[in-house]
Order: sequence, then C-alpha cells, then structure tokens
Amino acid sequence: MNRTDVREAVTRAHHEQWARVVAALTRRFGDLDIAEEPAAEAFATAVERRPAEGIPPNPAAWLTTTANRKAIDRIRRENKRVDKHKEAQRLYDHDPPEPLGAIDDDRLRLIFTCCHPALAMETRVALTLRMLGGPTVPEIARAFLVQETTIGQRITRAKAKIKAACIPYRVPSAQDLPARVSGVLAVLFLVFNEGYLATGPDTDPIRHDLTAEAIRLTRLIRALLQEDGEVAGPLALMLLTEARRTARVSASGELVALDEQDRGAWDNALIAEGHRLVRERLAAAAAGVAPGRYQILAAINAVHTSARDIRDTDWSQIVALYDQLVRLDPSAIVALNRAIAVAEIDGPEVALAAVDRLEDELAGYHAYHATRADLRRRLGRSQQSRAAYDKAIELAGNTAETAYLARRRDQLR
Amino acid sequence: MRYLISVIYDETDVATPDEDAAIDVFNARLQAEGHWVFAGGLASPDTATVIDNRGGKAMVTDGPFLESKEYLAGFWIIEAADLDAALDLAADGSKACNRKLEVRPIL
Repeated sequence: MNRTDVREAVTRAHHEQWARVVAALTRRFGDLDIAEEPAAEAFATAVERRPAEGIPPNPAAWLTTTANRKAIDRIRRENKRVDKHKEAQRLYDHDPPEPLGAIDDDRLRLIFTCCHPALAMETRVALTLRMLGGPTVPEIARAFLVQETTIGQRITRAKAKIKAACIPYRVPSAQDLPARVSGVLAVLFLVFNEGYLATGPDTDPIRHDLTAEAIRLTRLIRALLQEDGEVAGPLALMLLTEARRTARVSASGELVALDEQDRGAWDNALIAEGHRLVRERLAAAAAGVAPGRYQILAAINAVHTSARDIRDTDWSQIVALYDQLVRLDPSAIVALNRAIAVAEIDGPEVALAAVDRLEDELAGYHAYHATRADLRRRLGRSQQSRAAYDKAIELAGNTAETAYLARRRDQLR
Repeated sequence: MRYLISVIYDETDVATPDEDAAIDVFNARLQAEGHWVFAGGLASPDTATVIDNRGGKAMVTDGPFLESKEYLAGFWIIEAADLDAALDLAADGSKACNRKLEVRPIL
C-alpha cells in the first residue's frame, strides 16, 4: 500500500469519522481540548504509520482507540501538574453517562454544547465547524470575513469558557429544548452552507461530510421535537439544496450554475422529502402560523426544484416569496438574491440598478460582483462585465466557483 | 461547582419591600434545594475603601476600585451542577430582585 492510497483512506476516514471520534472522546473525557487534539493526532499518526502497516479493517475503531490512548497519555502528563484527584476521577470514571431521553447521539450532544446560548453566535458557528468538521483555522476564518487569528482565539476562549463555567455536554431537557433549538438550527445551517460552498484553495469545492452531518443532525432534532414546525423549514432547505449537489460541479471541477445544471442528475428522493416538508409548512401557514425565514427559503427552492427545465421556472412566484422574505430579513444579501430573480421578469437593467444600490454593504462579497458581472454581460457591457468578474474571482474562496467565473469571463468578447 | 452571581445595578435606590419579599422566597428555595452557599447585599459603592499593601506599605484610598455607572449591588454564591442549572437559578433570582445578574464560575 503506497502513501497516496493511505492518505486518501485517511482523508475519507476524516470526512466520515472526525465528528464521531471527537464526540465520543468529549463524552468520555468531558473536555473539548482533550477530545480534539488527540483526535487530530490520531489522524496524523494514521498518515505517518499506516503505509508500513496497511489500513486497518475498521478505520473508525482504530482511530477511536488510538485517539483514546493519546487522550489518556495526555491526561497522565497533565496529572503531574494539575489537580490529580479530579483528573484521576475523569480518567477512571466508567459510569455510564446520564440517560438522554429519546435520542442517544454523541454528536447531537456535542452540538448543543457548542451552540450554548452562553457563547456568542459567531463563536458557536466557529466552534461547531471545528468540532464537527475539523476544518482548518483559515477555512473557518473565511466564513466570517475576519482575520484567522481572531477565529482561533475565539475558539480557544470558547473552549476555556465551556470548561471553566461547566457548560454541560448533553441534550437539554424537554422543557428547555424549544428555546435552545433555534440557535442550533442557525448554526447547523451555516455548517451546511460551508459544506455546500466550501472555502479555501485546498478543500474540495463541496464538502459532503459537512452537508451530510448538518442534515443528519437536523433530522435528529426534528425527531426530538416531533410537533415543532420550526425544524421543517431548515431541513427542507438543506434537502432541496443537497438534492442538486452532484449536478453542481462538473467533471472538470467547475461550478455549474442553476440554468446549466443537468436536472436529471438531481436526487429525486431528497426533492420529494423536501417538497413534503414544504407542503407541511404551507398547510401550517394557511392555518395561520407565520412562516419563518428558512421556510420561505425552502419554498423558493421548492419552486426551483419543481421545474424540470429552467424555462419552466415560476419566477413571479419566486419574486413574491423574496418579497415576503425581505419583510422578515431586510438584509443586503436577500436583496441581492431577489434582484437575481427580478432579472428574469423585469430584465437585467432593472435588476442591475437594484444590485448597484447594495455596493456599500456588499463590496467585499464575491456573489455581489459575480451578479453584476452576469447582468452586465446580458446587457452587452463586456468591458464592465470583465472588471466585475475579475473582482468576483479575486474574492471567491471556492475553487469550483473560481473556475466557473474564469470561464464566463474568458467567454466575453 | 460553585458560581458567583453578581447583582448589577445602575441606580441609587435600594430594593423595594416587594423585591425584598421575592428575594426571601428565592433564598428559601436555594436553601431548600441545596444550592445556597452564601449571599449578601452590599452598601453603596461610595462606602468602599481600597487598600493596597503590595509594596509593603498599606495605601488606603477612599472610594470604589473602579468608577462606573453600573456597580455591584449584591451577590449570591451558589452550588449548581453545571452552567445550565446555574442559569436557571439566576433567571429566577433576576426576576426576584428585579436586577440584572452576572453568573461566573468560581475556580
């Protein structure tokens, strides 16, 4: 077995097993650092040693055992310095953890810790991405448009606070659960997004590990809160987005825009599940429950995924849904997406005027420039379009998207 | 796990009789449920004296160690299983004393 094969096997195991290994260690040792660092060491050891020894038949078990051993080594080392009694208890405490309620899942527990309301929202997202996906610090940093040192410090402070303040590692009680869920859903959605449009020159353009994990956990939360409609919106949105995943990147690694996608490659089972959830929420809305942000976004995606051909897309329905969304969330990003739909009805000139008004807020956002580039191209303003593509390429962090933008730019005359 | 619950306030008035009564009920609950360690209300920051003996010669200064609009009006020290339990108690405490609270773990 050569080094490349091993590296590939470890990368695959990292995608599939990272969150599981970290969550199992967190449960055992009750400390995020003692979970994360040994997990990272175990993966590193796998890359170094396995070429000689070969890939074990059960990589997940091997990684967990190795990480556990490294965690115990670390605790023993620390025992020499810190409160021996306390650490020894942690080390030898094999009492089964507290019973959980309906769903027993280490990763679900972990996310409720990472998304605790005692942590700032940005911290919750950074920490969840790190613990569930194990991405590098620069990857996390890009999701927030801040310096990577800021994010690194934020994660370090958060872990210290969780430990010092004794933020529990468990799914909240049924009584506290509804109040805690919306914060967790917001974070899971951002994790999903990072997976769907992964940032960084060394990452796969789509990180299926993150999208799959976000969907898995959202499904679990829906199962926890069976009667709560709030979970259906984000879940439907994730499913309808994930359904298009394989059609979104070409064989040559280039992003494929919605209008060029092979709709036959969409995942019909996910679309059916997503549509079912959207219909459920539409029925609730008809009964007087005001739809939330995710539900409206899911409905927009339901309109897209209902059209078997881009020309069959019901754009007026989409603009109407965006109008509804603007009332809930008057942010520049929503306005940008609304303008893209408006271009299909009122033409690119009207849309471009709306987009240009967003410059102050969105000048640092690649999609703003990509949208301007496309609208200018459709208006025959090649030179201006090229400048906007250049700017979008400079700001885009996703390799497939950069490739797509470069092709569109190079097709200009 | 022990937590310091600080009462944060920015006016000069003291607790009303209703607030006092609610605090008594809350304290009784802390004691009955085994969370009580200690608690106290503090006299106004104007009554504070700062002492600094780091240099071996005790320097006494009049006034609080920092001047700010918000000040520490009182505190509880409680025993709680984890932050969630402490925050649940603090939520009741804040309602009882009608003031903002800060929850901080004691090392």
